Amino acid sequence: MSVIRAENLTLVYGKGTAFEKTALSDVSFEIESGDFVGLIGHTGSGKSTLIQLLNGLLKPSSGTVYLNDKDIWENPKKIREVRFKVGMVFQYPEYQLFEDTVYKDIAFGPKNMELFEEEIDKRVRQAAEFVGLRRDHLYKSPFDLSGGEKRRAAIAGVIAMDPDVLILDEPTAGLDPLGRDALLSQIRDYHNVRKNTVILVSHSMEDIARIADKILVMNHGKKIMFDKTEKVFSKGTELEEIGLRIPQITKIMLMLKQRGVDVNTNILTVEQAFNEIVNYLGT
Amino acid sequence: MVRDVTLGQFMPGNSIIHSLDARSKILLLIAYIVFIFIAKNYLSLLIITAASLLVIFSTKIKFKFYLKSMKVILFVVLFTGILNIFYGSGEVLWQLGFVKITEGGINNAIFVTIRIATLVLISSVLTFTTSPSDLTDGLERILKPLTVFHIKVHEIAMMMTIALRFIPVLLEETDKIMNAQKARGADMESGNVFQRIKALIPVLIPLFVSSFRRANDLATAMECRCYHGGSGRTRMKVLRFSILDLFALTFSLIIFVGVILCNIYIPATLR
Repeated sequence: MSVIRAENLTLVYGKGTAFEKTALSDVSFEIESGDFVGLIGHTGSGKSTLIQLLNGLLKPSSGTVYLNDKDIWENPKKIREVRFKVGMVFQYPEYQLFEDTVYKDIAFGPKNMELFEEEIDKRVRQAAEFVGLRRDHLYKSPFDLSGGEKRRAAIAGVIAMDPDVLILDEPTAGLDPLGRDALLSQIRDYHNVRKNTVILVSHSMEDIARIADKILVMNHGKKIMFDKTEKVFSKGTELEEIGLRIPQITKIMLMLKQRGVDVNTNILTVEQAFNEIVNYLGT
Repeated sequence: MVRDVTLGQFMPGNSIIHSLDARSKILLLIAYIVFIFIAKNYLSLLIITAASLLVIFSTKIKFKFYLKSMKVILFVVLFTGILNIFYGSGEVLWQLGFVKITEGGINNAIFVTIRIATLVLISSVLTFTTSPSDLTDGLERILKPLTVFHIKVHEIAMMMTIALRFIPVLLEETDKIMNAQKARGADMESGNVFQRIKALIPVLIPLFVSSFRRANDLATAMECRCYHGGSGRTRMKVLRFSILDLFALTFSLIIFVGVILCNIYIPATLR
C-alpha cells in the first residue's frame, strides 16, 4: 500500500507579483510503505519545496497529496496531525533547539501530540537511543552539546513523534566523515527496526547509494526519474546532463566496462565492486 | 507570510530617481515632507501632491507596490481621517445630538488623509529606489558635521547598514525556525493572545541564539579584515552629485516656491 501519493503537484510562489516563480510543476509519484527513498537534485530543483508539501507546511497551488489514501488538506484544521505522521528534519536542525534541557526539547513534539507522561518519557528515551545520545546528555542544556550531538538531539526530537514517514533534509551536511557514517547507519537501523518510510534528501550520491532503496530525481521543479537505486544510477549520462553525478565507484565500473572489461555495472558500494572484480578475475 | 512586507524594500531599476545621489534624495525627502505640512490651502496641497505623484511615477516602479506599502498604514489613515471629520469649527453641515459635521472638519479630514498618504508614498520612493548601503552611506555623509560634537556618525551608520543587511536574513531564519517548530506540532495559529505569545518562545529563543552567533561571527570577520572604525576609511563607491541632482533640486525648488506663493496669496483653508 502506498503511504504517500502525490498527484500533479504544482506550486507557484508569489503568484501575481513580479517575483512569480514556479517551484514545482506537475509532480506525481507514489511511495510504498516501508520504502527508503533518496531524493536528489540540484540546488533549486524543488526538493525542499516538495518535502514541505508532503507534510503540509506548504499548500500546493494545484494537485493533491494523499497520506494513507486521505487528502492531507481535506480538513485544514487537522493539518497538525499530518505533521505528526510525516516527521520532518530540516537542514541544520540543531538551530531549532530551544528548551533548557535536551530531554525537554526532544519531548516538545510528543507533548504537542498530547500524549501521556509515561508515553512521552518512553519515546524520548527510545529516540535518544536511536540517534546514539547518552543518558547523561538528556539533562544537559542543548547549547552545551557539540555540533554533532546537537544535530542528533534535534533529529531525536522528530523521531520521538514516531512518524509514519520520516523526512530528512541533508541530515549529514557539515558533519565530519565519521559522524556522517555513524548518523547514516543509525538512520538505516531506525528504518529497519521501525519498518517505517524514510525520505532522505542528500547531495552525496555515495550516501544515497549506500542507504536508499529507491531514488527520486528532481530537476527544475519536475520529476525526472523515480526508480530502484541501481536503475537510476545505471543512467549515468542522463544524470550528468542535469548536473548530477553517479557514485564514484559506479563510475569506475562503467569505465572499466567501456574499456572492455566485462563486469556488472550495477555496483553501488566499494564492497560490491570488490566482490565483482574478484569474481571477474576468478573466472 | 513574513516575506510579504514591502515597506522599505529596495527595488533595483534605472529611472532618473534611482540614479540620483542618495544625499539629495534624503534631503529632498525631508523637504517634501516639510512642504506637505506647510501647504495650507487646496491649491498648494494640490501642487505638492501632484509633484510627489510625478516623482512616484518617474521611478518606473509599479504603483501596485506603493499601494502595498500604503496597506500597512491604511487603518491609521482612515482612522485619523474619519476622526477629524467630527472635530472642527465653522459652518455646521449635519448634526445628530452632540455629533456634528462641520465644513472645517471635512477640510481637516481631507487634509490629514492626503498629507499622511503622500507622506508614506514619497517616503517609499526613497526606500524603493535607494539601496540600503547607499542610504546609510548618504546618511553618514549628511550627518558628518555632527562629529564635531563627538557623535560617532560612522559607527551609527555602520550599525544601521548591518541592521538593514540582516533584516532579510533574519526574516528567512524566522521562517525556517517557524517551519521546523510547526513540523514538530507547534501551534502558532490558534489560541488566545497569551497562548500565542507563549507559542512564540520556541521561535524566539533559537532566533536570539543565532543572532548572537551571527553577530559574533560578523565581528570576528570584520576584525580579521582590520576594520577599526571610521577614521581614515575610504569608499569603494564614492557618492557624487551629478547634473541630475541639480535638475531634481531645481524642480523641487520651483515646487516649493509655488507652495509658498500659494500660501501667501490664497487664504488658508485650515484654521
